[in-house]
Amino acid sequence: MARRRTDKFRWRHKHLLGLRDLRRGEIEHILDTAEGFEEISTRSIKKAPALRGKVVVNMFFEDSTRTRNSFTLAANRLSADVIEFTKTASSVSKGETLIDTARNLEAMGIDIVVIRHGAGGAPKLVSRSINACVVNAGDGFNEHPTQALLDVYTIRKVCGGFEGLKVGIVGDIAHSRVARSNIWALSKLGAEVILIGPPTLMPGSVEQLPVRVSYSLDAVLEELDVINMLRIQFERLGGNPFPSVREYSHFFGLTVDRMKRAKPDLVVMHPGPINRGLEIESEVADGPNSVILQQVAHGLAVRMAVLFLVHQAAIEEQREHRQKHRG
Amino acid sequence: MSGKHSILIRGGRLIDPANNVDRQTDVLITDDVVAQIGEVNEPADVDLVIDATDRLIVPGLIDLHVHFREPGDEEEETIASGSAAALAGGFTSVVCMPNTKPAIDEATRVEYVHRMGRQARKTFIYVMGAVTQGRQGQELAEIGLMAAAGAVGFTDDGMGVQDTAVMLRALKYARMLDALVAQHCQDDTLARGGVMNAGYNATVLGLPGIDPLAEELMLWRDVQLVKKTGTRYHAQHISTAGSVEIIRQAKAQGLPVTCEVTPHHLLLTDNAIAEYDTNFKVNPPLRTNRDIEALKAAIAEGLVDALATDHAPHLKSEKELEFLAAPFGIASLECALGLYVKALVDPGVIGWPELIAMLTVRPARVLRVARGTLGVGDRADITIINPDVEYVIDADRFLSKSRNCPYNGWLAKSRVEKTFVAGELRYEAPER
Repeated sequence: MARRRTDKFRWRHKHLLGLRDLRRGEIEHILDTAEGFEEISTRSIKKAPALRGKVVVNMFFEDSTRTRNSFTLAANRLSADVIEFTKTASSVSKGETLIDTARNLEAMGIDIVVIRHGAGGAPKLVSRSINACVVNAGDGFNEHPTQALLDVYTIRKVCGGFEGLKVGIVGDIAHSRVARSNIWALSKLGAEVILIGPPTLMPGSVEQLPVRVSYSLDAVLEELDVINMLRIQFERLGGNPFPSVREYSHFFGLTVDRMKRAKPDLVVMHPGPINRGLEIESEVADGPNSVILQQVAHGLAVRMAVLFLVHQAAIEEQREHRQKHRG
Repeated sequence: MSGKHSILIRGGRLIDPANNVDRQTDVLITDDVVAQIGEVNEPADVDLVIDATDRLIVPGLIDLHVHFREPGDEEEETIASGSAAALAGGFTSVVCMPNTKPAIDEATRVEYVHRMGRQARKTFIYVMGAVTQGRQGQELAEIGLMAAAGAVGFTDDGMGVQDTAVMLRALKYARMLDALVAQHCQDDTLARGGVMNAGYNATVLGLPGIDPLAEELMLWRDVQLVKKTGTRYHAQHISTAGSVEIIRQAKAQGLPVTCEVTPHHLLLTDNAIAEYDTNFKVNPPLRTNRDIEALKAAIAEGLVDALATDHAPHLKSEKELEFLAAPFGIASLECALGLYVKALVDPGVIGWPELIAMLTVRPARVLRVARGTLGVGDRADITIINPDVEYVIDADRFLSKSRNCPYNGWLAKSRVEKTFVAGELRYEAPER
């Protein structure tokens, strides 16, 4: 497994709850580890035994096919056993609390919980209540750390680095955990983040985040090296923050015309699923600047790295605990 | 000068507040622009000479608030009839409100009104689009696309945006475009059912009243929201002393807040409703003398940015109902100037230059349009006024389709004699 400059570095976190509290070196370590796992996908036997005999639970309280499948495949590739848990299929619908659910599963002997939940902070709550490792697969609109990790992994691969890079994130920033995790990761790694969208889709106090803000895509398009188009959710309870699909596309859609004005090697990203014709035109999504499908491939390697690292940290912790109590 | 059409307006008192001009002079128009200001020795090939002795020459007047009922209620007024009425009132530009049927809440409808205005070829038509879809007060209308189509501002006028979260969202969104949001300030939870000002008169007449708080609370709320968003905001037809205070404070804090006042809120009180005459039924309602004094004082202080008629035409048949059932609205586009003079110039509240400013450069600045000025090179929108002639307001001679004018029969001073739009003489007052 190829390693970069971080042989002396030891990953010490048995949970991955978010990127806001990680240091730059820790994020880079995940990316380096992922690089090694990417190689596995090109082998004929696409498995590594790192998590053999271990149990990973996908605890998904929100609909998600792609993230769930990505984690399942990542766990399988590390030879782990995977349990799938969906909200409706469990006793949660009978009124069981989140902590009770987690503890009940843990009692059956699980090692890693991958959790997606509609409430920000839910993964943290679970991590305090059980001994297993907890990986956040998206909590409310707080963080989606593995998505941002695969995003920056992709950027590192395509652009070579982050210093001086201008990365635009376009769309519903206020409600996007993908945006938030990206803001933390990119700013720690040294890139300049520019949030783009109507004021009604910007989070409050946005000026206190380590970002620039632009309410006009056209005003900043030509300076961007990377553009990450977030999916726009149009139907929303409590009033839409913009008038219509038509108006949104007109002002913020990544169109073929806009691509003509952008840098020729602008890297086009999207966490998926894309709304063709809404936030991004088909020709752009399928065009030469798009790395959307590579993002998905990288997601697998990144998640393998994360599962591997948190598990390693848990083993380390157990070993230290036993040593301490040996006398 | 072959092929060019020129008009010389001679010997009038040019009042152009935008350029600080108030003096006797000549104005030469060539085609659609002002070519020369100053003493013009009559060149041989001037096509028309107008003697403006004892007349005022002013930039074409601007009315920020009119209802032309098209599309949907063309029997009350059309863009064509309203435009003609506007010209007779000396207005070369008006701003149409979006409470038509259907509402002007998308770009194609903005373009429709613009096109009908061009076809009428009378006054220049500006459009305010709705803030919310269908003016329902829930979802944002396509403000961006309407702005791109030329809408000069956004309002749900006829009503105010009730939901605070929706109003905040609208102000935030509008800021992205640096668009103007205007408001008919009226909290419907307080105002619902009311047909006149709440007070002694409503009590003795046995009619449900609209408390001044209905206007003042929404205005105050909006000012707080503007403090947060910095969006340009225009308070339409303010009518109470309380509203004046809120505007005063907002301006003192440097907020981008402007406001307008109608002629009826300067000339009439709810005493006028004594006979249940529905020509006095209007929204916001006629208030009290104390409110009139406060509005006049605000005007004298320069706190009020524009005078606007809120021209609201209705058919006689529509207004000939019991007070509770009749529609709200006063039509006064054609006699507005005389009313402003009666309310403000004659009693010495302000002089002609300030009056003209509130009808030209100041409303133009609210809209951020290139109008309301009469300098060399400017578009030749010009109004010629006889400031001293007295006459009786006769609603039956109005060019508007409507007759709901409570000033019918009033003695007024100052009349519009000629109105030029883009250098074209489009209105001449008939000989009396």
